[in-house]
Amino acid sequence: MPHDAQTPTTVAIRVAGQTIVLDHSGAAWFGETRDLVVADLHFEKGSAFAARGQGLLPPYDTAETLRRLDGLCRRLKPARVICLGDTLHDLAGEDRLSDGDRSRLAALVAAQDWVWVAGNHDPAPPTGLGGAAVERLKIGDVLLHHDVEAGPDAPIPAGEIVGHYHPKALVRTRARKVSGRCFVADGRRLILPAFGAYAGGLNVRDPAIEGLLSADYRAYMIGRRGLFAFRRDQLAADPKRAA
Amino acid sequence: MSGGLPEPLAGWFAARGWTPHPHQLAMLEAARDGDSALLIAPTGGGKTLAGFLPSLVELTRADAPPEGLHTLYISPLKALAVDIHRNLEAPIAEMGLAIRAETRTGDTPQAKRQRQRRSPPHMLMTTPESLALLLSYEDAPGIFAQLRCVIVDELHAIEDNKRGDLLALGLSRLAALAPDARRVALSATVAEPDRLRRWLALRPDASDVRLVTGASGAEPRIDVLQTAARLPWSGHIGVHAMPEVYELLRAGGTAIVFVNTRAQAEIVFQELWRLNEDGLRIALHHGSLAAEQRRKVEAAMARGDLDAVVATSSLDLGVDWAAVDLVIQVGAPKGSTRLLQRVGRANHRLDSPSRAVLVPGNRFEVLECRAVLDAVRANTLDGIPARPGGLDVLAQHILGAACAGPVDRDDLYAQVRRAGPYAGLSRRDFEDVFEFVATGGYALGAYDRFRRLKLQPDGRHAIATKEAIRDYRMNVGTIVEAPTLRVRMGRGRVLGEVEERFANYMTAGDTFVFAGRLLEFVEVRETDIIAKPGKGDAPAVPAYVGGRLPLSTHLADRVRGILSDPRAWRDLPEQVREWLDVQRWRSLLPSRDGLLVETFLRGNKHYLVAYCFEGRNAHQTLGMLLTRRMERAGLNPLGFVATDYVICVWGTRSAEDADIPALFDEDMLGDDLEAWMADSSMLKRTFRNVAVIAGLIQRRHPGEEKTRRQVTFNSDLIYDVLRTHEPNHVLLRATRADAASGLTDVRRLADMLARVRGRIAHRHLERVSPLAVPVLLEIGRESVYGAAIDELLGESAEELISEAMETTGTREFGFDAA
Repeated sequence: MPHDAQTPTTVAIRVAGQTIVLDHSGAAWFGETRDLVVADLHFEKGSAFAARGQGLLPPYDTAETLRRLDGLCRRLKPARVICLGDTLHDLAGEDRLSDGDRSRLAALVAAQDWVWVAGNHDPAPPTGLGGAAVERLKIGDVLLHHDVEAGPDAPIPAGEIVGHYHPKALVRTRARKVSGRCFVADGRRLILPAFGAYAGGLNVRDPAIEGLLSADYRAYMIGRRGLFAFRRDQLAADPKRAA
Repeated sequence: MSGGLPEPLAGWFAARGWTPHPHQLAMLEAARDGDSALLIAPTGGGKTLAGFLPSLVELTRADAPPEGLHTLYISPLKALAVDIHRNLEAPIAEMGLAIRAETRTGDTPQAKRQRQRRSPPHMLMTTPESLALLLSYEDAPGIFAQLRCVIVDELHAIEDNKRGDLLALGLSRLAALAPDARRVALSATVAEPDRLRRWLALRPDASDVRLVTGASGAEPRIDVLQTAARLPWSGHIGVHAMPEVYELLRAGGTAIVFVNTRAQAEIVFQELWRLNEDGLRIALHHGSLAAEQRRKVEAAMARGDLDAVVATSSLDLGVDWAAVDLVIQVGAPKGSTRLLQRVGRANHRLDSPSRAVLVPGNRFEVLECRAVLDAVRANTLDGIPARPGGLDVLAQHILGAACAGPVDRDDLYAQVRRAGPYAGLSRRDFEDVFEFVATGGYALGAYDRFRRLKLQPDGRHAIATKEAIRDYRMNVGTIVEAPTLRVRMGRGRVLGEVEERFANYMTAGDTFVFAGRLLEFVEVRETDIIAKPGKGDAPAVPAYVGGRLPLSTHLADRVRGILSDPRAWRDLPEQVREWLDVQRWRSLLPSRDGLLVETFLRGNKHYLVAYCFEGRNAHQTLGMLLTRRMERAGLNPLGFVATDYVICVWGTRSAEDADIPALFDEDMLGDDLEAWMADSSMLKRTFRNVAVIAGLIQRRHPGEEKTRRQVTFNSDLIYDVLRTHEPNHVLLRATRADAASGLTDVRRLADMLARVRGRIAHRHLERVSPLAVPVLLEIGRESVYGAAIDELLGESAEELISEAMETTGTREFGFDAA
């Protein structure tokens, strides 16, 4: 179905004064430095389930995530790719990577600068693939890490980008409710959607996400072809409270 | 012997002044000859007793086996199994028979279930799911060793769906465990009894199943309500006619008011009570209400304590009620078979006619009701296309069989093919399903190390882990419910369940109607909707959906016939005739075999309306295919809505000069269908059901949402990945087969496109035609499908974007052109 030609596939927002382009793929793009940021790839989530006897899900999630990431790199030609944590679904996932997927990943890492940010699922990056492993990094005034840091001594950066929460928006439309992955941002914080093919989502209206944002945040929902912006009062909550 | 019945049954009949019906004696004769039997009889003819009589005779003979399971009775309804058990206890007690009869359902306590396995009763009343579970135990061979008879009740209700597949597979296994057991099925009137015979038979030619037909009784008397009120243009509820329905109820007797959806049941119930100045005892019955509540209504009905009950298909099945005098069907019945089955609920005595009144909800439904009456008079029933057994159900069955003990692939294949729906199963499909159960069946054997089935040295396959057995037992069954929430009054009583997405629409203070009362939404707590009594006369909107059946092919044909022939309008209400007359004058009447397509401009949108009359499901598919074509033709379609009668597409360009016959060419079912099917949300929903039934993803169980959070998986994600990487995986094949046979009615669409070829009439109109008004009124009320999602999001988002642009006055929300 066509839609108006002006439906954007990217939206430029500002975080701490810095322009960041949100891409329809679920990635964030720093135009000036050509940094590409993706979060929560969750490689080998399918095989993690199989290994625990929780169902024999199609073992193609890593291949699919890599295919999407490869397409994105070909399109944008980044100088550097930043994986914002939870790249592997679990630490043992590295051993379950198929040879094909592993060599495709290695080729991607070798093609441009590569940064593995540590996540809660994968405190250590995959070994032997190259790239730099960090806990966090900064681009200008913007701090990038997997999750916000809590506690009284936690830094309060001017701007920050995190993953971890897998935000998803639920929007009431004329016909029915539509749900989809989304970015959420309030001018200071930007939370990226999960990029992984099997990564689920958490409703933006969940306190775990809303608690991180000021009330005037916007959710940028990924539609079939375009990105759509919504205010908090346009977003529906899930009927069930999150655990 | 009296009347062919042996003692003590003959004496028991005589004491009641009963004479056995011919069909009851015929069932005894079939049993004596060792044949299986299919009994087709209307309600009220002692049908259930006819099914049990042979077993009662055998169990009262002197040489009857003292112990062991003799007769297994399977009902699609748990409640029916319980009722039948109760009804059977009476003759057993009164004749002082030493027969132990028990029920076994999901409600049976654990201790009793274990006892039943150690020491089975003579007669066990159960459901297809409970039978599947019983068969998955290692001791299944012992439980069924003495089995002589299996009775399947209400076969017409499950024969063509996945529960029927599951039961057929269960019966094929039973036949291996108890080769001497006869099969007996009971059914309401159906179009093709031979289909049911084939379903039931052990032999491919069904020669082992005798057809026994009960007396059909007097012809039913069915009328269409001639309303004095203004007939609505659209909507299905029938509120306009409630004063007249109320008068019918007041006239006396006991009535069932059948409606088509749960929402409609709630509204009709409310409206009738609003009019109820005579204090009639009117109750409500539908599938969302708490089971306990439903049982109360049924019991009150059985005692004769009610004047009327407003019901959905939840009352289509069940025990016979002695004294239902009138059946009122509000909204079109959608099929003649279904109408006859509903009318049969009023058939309390075989010698007096059942009475029924049809109440059309709108103008099109007037035509439909007319058509259904013609069909009943001509005694033509709706045929349903046969469908092969589901591969997902087969996967579940294979896992269940392995739970009971190691399986031999060849033996199992042969056994499965003896189940009617799987008679044509190819070895390749079987092997693929088997491999799916064992390893997931993915190319390259990615999961060999996580196998569920392990090959033993003797060549058989055994279950690999205890988890697999547990998962099977937790997930058995073919009914995949949408997630539901309970509706609870404060901290107190549970009134019933609604689909989770209903709650999505509610905020605190909203009022809604449920279980016949006005409630105020307070909050959602865990898996409960907390409600309190609503105040005043607030607009009460039950938004939750119940199953709506599409118009049957047979009725659709009759509706087209009436429309195209003004001579057939004589009996129609004045308002409807006038409506059709104006249509004839302004545009054209749809012809019986052709297709009328109208185009017109209204507001700033260009509309195309096609009068296909093929039912909602087929129209939904057509809508997706048609909009793809229109998009390619540069017509810029924006969305569509499908009703039972028409499909309406709107967009920003006029189709006035478009090549309309080309848009409706049959070849749209080729590439376009493939492409659409792959991407449709309907297919994703179908996949979810297939994935749950086949055991790829686990069912969600109430209360487990929190603990099993990480285990529940979004099936859409799996579908997308599997489709990209292994498009021919057996579960995708199963999904496509389901979509093609059921949900999307592709065959129906194909027949329609072939029929109208060269007979498409296109009219470009100055304004909307009378026949098009109903569908335009449905826009915004009906769901809009598929890829129109972006448009919907755009509609909702645009406002915000322009507003945000204004208020911030900066480029903060501007779009990057890159």
